[in-house]
Amino acid sequence: MSRRMRIIWLLPLLALLAAVLWAGFAPIHVGSREKLFEIPKGTYARRMSGDKVEILPAQIRLTLGLEDVLLLRNLDEVPQVFGPTIMMPGQSFRLPFEKAAEYQFVCTAHVSGQMTIVVDDMPATPWEKIRWRVRELLEKK
Amino acid sequence: MTLLIAGLAANAADSAPPALKAGVLSPAMPAPALNLTATDGKPLALERYRGKVVLLAFGFSNCGEVCPITLATLAGARKKLGTDAADVQVVYVTVDPERDDAAQMRKFLGSFDPTFVGGVGTRAQIDAAQKNYGISSTKTVHADGGYAIGHSSSIYMIDRAGKLRAVMPYGHPADDFVHDLKILLRG
Repeated sequence: MSRRMRIIWLLPLLALLAAVLWAGFAPIHVGSREKLFEIPKGTYARRMSGDKVEILPAQIRLTLGLEDVLLLRNLDEVPQVFGPTIMMPGQSFRLPFEKAAEYQFVCTAHVSGQMTIVVDDMPATPWEKIRWRVRELLEKK
Repeated sequence: MTLLIAGLAANAADSAPPALKAGVLSPAMPAPALNLTATDGKPLALERYRGKVVLLAFGFSNCGEVCPITLATLAGARKKLGTDAADVQVVYVTVDPERDDAAQMRKFLGSFDPTFVGGVGTRAQIDAAQKNYGISSTKTVHADGGYAIGHSSSIYMIDRAGKLRAVMPYGHPADDFVHDLKILLRG
């Protein structure tokens, strides 16, 4: 293999290595610690008409120190029960988490009536940082 | 100019409301009314406690786990508050009106803190209160004919003006209540 061909092969590998090193060692910065979800207007009416569309994900992942505040907004025209509380139309509910655990909540915005919130510890090792970044990337897609 | 902007930013940060450990409802709205009877025999209306911070929760006297833990936690928080506890009223509404009358609830709550007030009523009154606060409850009948009730276990925090400000999910320690109550008592 010529020297030029070796360089062509090597460049993508070096770029991949650099990306992995960055993902594993660079500090994680997030714009806000709040993860926002909205219950859109008409959710209750759609449910009543037999529409089984899921408005909110069945599982929400939060990370301590990065995104550890769940912010729910009820934009619907009727009260909605989310886990520990009832939210009136136009109201928001800001719930902070301080412990890594899996939380089960009742949620009337879900077809199943249940919602799971998984709160992870802040990623500390390079592998955990890479995993966190990949998950965030997939969630945004 | 830079100093001015920095100063404004600092002021904005200072004026931000302090964070509660509980989940915060925004905008705060008047707490739904309770059309019940208190364990002291008087009508249980939240207006009675205007000027105090009310901790409102739902449960039942035969509860084996959740209610005793919640009530012990709230009693512990009141003790830690010292003299400020006089401005905190715990209201505990039964989800089991078939078994919990005023005397039963008074005895149950009194074993944790004699200042706790219970809420009792007819099945229809209790159902209405549960609906207004989004409280679910499910009865499980045992082989011996007895039953247990699984129920929502959050604690509603109502401010001195009667507005439902925050909701503390089950499982928080007394110190978290003390933290939030101090903020709510300051207004």
